Amino acid sequence: MTSSSRQAILDGIRRGLGRGPVDGADKAALEARMTAPKANLIPARAQIPHGEQVDLFVRMAEAVETTVDRVDGLDAVPGAVADYLAANNLPSEIRAAPDPALDAIPWQDRPLLTVEKGRAENADATSVTPAFAAVAESGTLVLHSGPDNPTTLNFMPENHIVVLKTSQVTGTYEEVWSRLRARDGGDGPAPMPRTVNMITGPSRTADIAQQLYMGAHGPRRLHIVLVDDGQE
Amino acid sequence: MKATAHDFKNAASKALKDDNLRQALHRVETGFAGNRAAAISRLPEFHDLRDEGVAIKMHVLDHLDYYLERFEQKVIETGGQVHWCTTPKEARDTILELCRSVDAKTCTKGKSMIAEEIALNPFLEENGVLPIETDLGEYIIQLADEPPSHIIGPAVHKTKDQISDLFFEHHQKYGKTERQSDGRMLVNEAREILRQKYIDADVGITGANFLIAETGSTVIVTNEGNGDLTQSLPKMHIVIASLEKVIPTMEDASTILRLLARSATGQEFSVYTTFSTGPRRDDDLDGPGSFHVVLLDNGRSKLAGSEDRELLRCIRCGACMNHCPVYHAVGGHAYGWVYPGPIGAALDPHFIGIEEARHLPNASTFCGRCEDVCPMRIPLPSILRRWRERAFESNVTPPAERFGVGAWAWLAKHPAFYRVGTRLAVRGLSLLGGRRKRIAKLPLAGGWTATRDLPAPAGQTFQDQWRRQRGRSA
Ligand code: SF4
Repeated sequence: MTSSSRQAILDGIRRGLGRGPVDGADKAALEARMTAPKANLIPARAQIPHGEQVDLFVRMAEAVETTVDRVDGLDAVPGAVADYLAANNLPSEIRAAPDPALDAIPWQDRPLLTVEKGRAENADATSVTPAFAAVAESGTLVLHSGPDNPTTLNFMPENHIVVLKTSQVTGTYEEVWSRLRARDGGDGPAPMPRTVNMITGPSRTADIAQQLYMGAHGPRRLHIVLVDDGQE
Repeated sequence: MKATAHDFKNAASKALKDDNLRQALHRVETGFAGNRAAAISRLPEFHDLRDEGVAIKMHVLDHLDYYLERFEQKVIETGGQVHWCTTPKEARDTILELCRSVDAKTCTKGKSMIAEEIALNPFLEENGVLPIETDLGEYIIQLADEPPSHIIGPAVHKTKDQISDLFFEHHQKYGKTERQSDGRMLVNEAREILRQKYIDADVGITGANFLIAETGSTVIVTNEGNGDLTQSLPKMHIVIASLEKVIPTMEDASTILRLLARSATGQEFSVYTTFSTGPRRDDDLDGPGSFHVVLLDNGRSKLAGSEDRELLRCIRCGACMNHCPVYHAVGGHAYGWVYPGPIGAALDPHFIGIEEARHLPNASTFCGRCEDVCPMRIPLPSILRRWRERAFESNVTPPAERFGVGAWAWLAKHPAFYRVGTRLAVRGLSLLGGRRKRIAKLPLAGGWTATRDLPAPAGQTFQDQWRRQRGRSA
């Protein structure tokens, strides 16, 4: 039974450490370490002004085979998406996240582009999703699940297009965690979503004789439409 | 898996004659090590981050009971369950019961060394739940019915030709009747076949690189995205993890993540790092309906308070084997249990006993590269040395070796005899070496001279030369 195993394991650990359960001031200190998490050493690489962080993000993303298209406003997104699909010989159909952040995009400007919303189906070739944030340090996107953001969109289609705003680019992972905890504006940390995905480039494998091939199970292509929203 | 570590010597000499393996190991030696060095040179703070990573892990080990309970509390709060299991059997039974609770016929699996440790696949299969490995490397060795030979590249020992053969043999039933020899085509074929498996599976099982006490999240790191499809499509997500994977916060995870990919493959960051917390929320459009963490002890609670506790800092990056001359020579299978390379040699005896694993602590030249490259600064050579001592003390070491070590110890403790003895030996060997100064055959040292000559010593012992040199300079 696992309840007796639970006790046996905890007892075993305590016996090895030569003490009883942690309590009192020690316990309070451990609890504080978790309720107000502190960053450890942060590399200097991304501790730079925001404009440079955005440039660094683009460089790091491109270094891992993500493609990036920088545009001036949401108005330019339908054109950028349509051009990307055409340039890669992909059908003019997208499965978009039902996120209000994408509703502000004037998809109707491109009547030939079919936009369906919802979770991914196996037949979908291309998904379009927003992102929660991005990390300049390693060219990493951070997306999380929710009623408007099904996780399957990030993995099932062969092509994943992410609409990212420059204000969403941060320097480091730690800044993203702060934003994630503060995202509902409440007093304590916001609850974790079911899934938080950090994505650094398209899917790949080196399991066949250590040769690198793209598109092992997830998207073969990862494309970012980076919208300059003029904010930091 | 069943341990075959006692057969290390045979397995190693077979491995040395396997040409395919030689090719594969050469790629490990050059590829991984070069990429790691380049990645580290791009991050000046790397070695300071190692120190912080070590400190985080030691802090966790000192408070392991607390963090595990805290993690469990958060998992429950977010709608999941934690199953504490002391033994591999208990973990297997728990997983089977969970699978049965949703009438599972098949389950997809992300890569998990703990699943190897508890020999999960054969057990599930015997009990009517078909496990399907989804990491391409794991899938390949599942088809080949072999254990992994490397902790991050389970199929590094396989050549492309061998993989073509395997796919050709096993994919005909899916209508793939043409043998593919191009790597890209092989990847595509596996992608297509496994995609349907994700969709059909009732349960998805993944491992965990971290368990986060702050949030109750489990974290996996992959490059393929297989672990994500594995957990987001089926009804149930089971995470299988060992105790020491728990860490306090997301910040602590970030520090160790900065070390992990760089040490493993030389990437700045792995492609997919995924934090999973509880089952899907009520209004989510996808995700698993239930979330279970199977927490395995298998002796770790005891190890946490022992002199070898530093082993529990391991983040399974594989750097130690990528830089190990013994691993480069014999590969992973020769070690004969789940964890190969230096970490395996130091860890496996804890699980399978020093009697079974008696050769593993000797599978080291003590060159120290493993400790140099280990992001968690685990003193692997010192731990291996301790195992040699323990093997000697528990009479596991063979008689001839015990006699040799005993004789040596006696000599070392009697300096006068030592001086005379070594002087005679050195002169004798020097004469034997003749003009070529090489010895091709030597009684009692056949193991050495069978494959190479022994260079003859210079005719004088170190101590004698030292005394002469000092006499000259004084
Ligand atoms: S012992 Fe160190 S180098 Fe080896 S796998 Fe573990 S963390 Fe990596």
